[in-house]
Amino acid sequence: MTAKMIETHGLTRHFKVGKETVEAVRGLDFHINKGELVALLGPNGAGKSTTLRMLTTLLPPTAGTAAVAGYDIASNPRQVRQHIGYIGQGNGAGHTQRGREELITQGRFYGLNKKAATARADELIEALDLAAVTGRNVGTLSGGQRRRLDIAMGLIHEPELLFLDEPSTGLDPQNRANLQEQIQRLHTTRGTTIVLTTHYLEEADAMAERVIVVDHGRIIADDTAQNLKNNLAGDRITLTFGEASHTIIAAEHVTRLRPQAAVTPTAGSLTIRTIGGPELLPSLLRDLDDQGAKAQSAEVVRPTLDDVFLALTGRSLRESTNTDVQNAEQEVAA
Amino acid sequence: MSTAIFTDTMTVFNRELRPLRRDPLAIIFGMIQPLIFLGLFSPLLPDGSLQWFVPGIVVMTCLFSTSFAGSALMAEMQTGAHERMLVAPIARSALLVGRALKEIVPTFAQTAIILLIVTPFSFELHLPGVVLGLIILAIFGVGIGALSYSLAIVAEGQDWLFWTVQQTLLFPMLLLAGILLPVDHAPGWLQAMSDCNPLTYIVNAERALFAGTIGADAAWGLVAALGVAALGLILGVRAMRKTV
Repeated sequence: MTAKMIETHGLTRHFKVGKETVEAVRGLDFHINKGELVALLGPNGAGKSTTLRMLTTLLPPTAGTAAVAGYDIASNPRQVRQHIGYIGQGNGAGHTQRGREELITQGRFYGLNKKAATARADELIEALDLAAVTGRNVGTLSGGQRRRLDIAMGLIHEPELLFLDEPSTGLDPQNRANLQEQIQRLHTTRGTTIVLTTHYLEEADAMAERVIVVDHGRIIADDTAQNLKNNLAGDRITLTFGEASHTIIAAEHVTRLRPQAAVTPTAGSLTIRTIGGPELLPSLLRDLDDQGAKAQSAEVVRPTLDDVFLALTGRSLRESTNTDVQNAEQEVAA
Repeated sequence: MSTAIFTDTMTVFNRELRPLRRDPLAIIFGMIQPLIFLGLFSPLLPDGSLQWFVPGIVVMTCLFSTSFAGSALMAEMQTGAHERMLVAPIARSALLVGRALKEIVPTFAQTAIILLIVTPFSFELHLPGVVLGLIILAIFGVGIGALSYSLAIVAEGQDWLFWTVQQTLLFPMLLLAGILLPVDHAPGWLQAMSDCNPLTYIVNAERALFAGTIGADAAWGLVAALGVAALGLILGVRAMRKTV
């Protein structure tokens, strides 16, 4: 097996919506190495789920190729399926079925014999604390319980590569934290390669070692969350002053000191965007004191991935939704 | 490879059967309408008509319950259960054939229930004929089930489309097959339409077999059932492959 778990070349997917062609994914070239934990981050409709659906053989690409777990998604989908786990946006277990039986069936689908499938199902029930609910109809379980069952189903054959599509959508904060912990444990203890899509900044920030930012079907950034924030956004220092003239003195001083920083003076305050904010602040305040511009308050805010997205696209991720692509995806996914 | 397809098909089949096994009463819910016809319509027929009427009701029950089958797939397409199975390394054909084969079970059970109900009421039971009739019905049921699943896949989660097509086709098929009233004295155009309806041959075969006559009618019924099953499975497997 190569060290590359996923490798794509010009991966493209178009949807026809009426007479219009929507370019949901536009020529993606990337690779993901064995053992990485990667988040595809972007607004709704950015093409994340479409990308995932192509990599999991659910959707044929319009153009381009991808090798997943060493197999081509178009010419050898069965081998791809055998080697990956997939936890989709919906619930994998049928609502009229019972959890334990669905787990055993799932094991049978992946080629385990009855005994092995049963043993593996019981192992996962134990590990994911599902014992109390797997004898019940799936339709009667809570959202968090169903999600745990989904995870168990995705892990039945101990895949070396696991895809999760918007795993925490619709979960309350506690269940979301639980889920993140489980994913991370899987990654650290078993070395499973994990690729997840999310539009939650905090999730990508907290979990992923590497964040691929996707917008309008293209990769617009690809790095660790820390590097993205340092290189693309920087910290935000906000100083307030009692007098407008002090604001101007401060602005001039900072511009001399840090020519690369973005300095924005307003009526009583000054906003500075720069790398290394916490280290800069103490000396900056002393300097300003010396020059007679006494700050009344000072605040440093570390950047979020939203700041990164804003820096990259000029839009905030929280408000941004490419509705046309999203509708097309929903139509096709339905 | 072919044993893998067989194993996959049986796994899908067993999975489909599980809710039914847990809740056998669901089999009766699926046959309420035919039972209403049996209870409230057959008394309107002249004496001695039961022998003629019951096979039609058996076919009607099979048609109703198997043509509903697609709704279960549609539900699983919406929840994500179907998607989960599409990502599993199983043959696409097994996903359809396993589901369609399940339709045999309610078909057998429902026929048994009807025969249990009517046998005390001067209905003559010809067992060899009934067994042959059940085999034909099972083949037909697999075909209608497969067509219903194909419709569910084509409807892509639009419930209204599935139900509109299913309901629009159901009653003309029933009436043209002469299930409620014979079409022997029908005008020529209706006769011609009836001759084109595969259900007509199934009903004729069941009537002959339930009366103990094993002959040409039964053979034509078998041909019609095999035709429907082949059509259903071909369309269904093709539709299932396309969802990938």
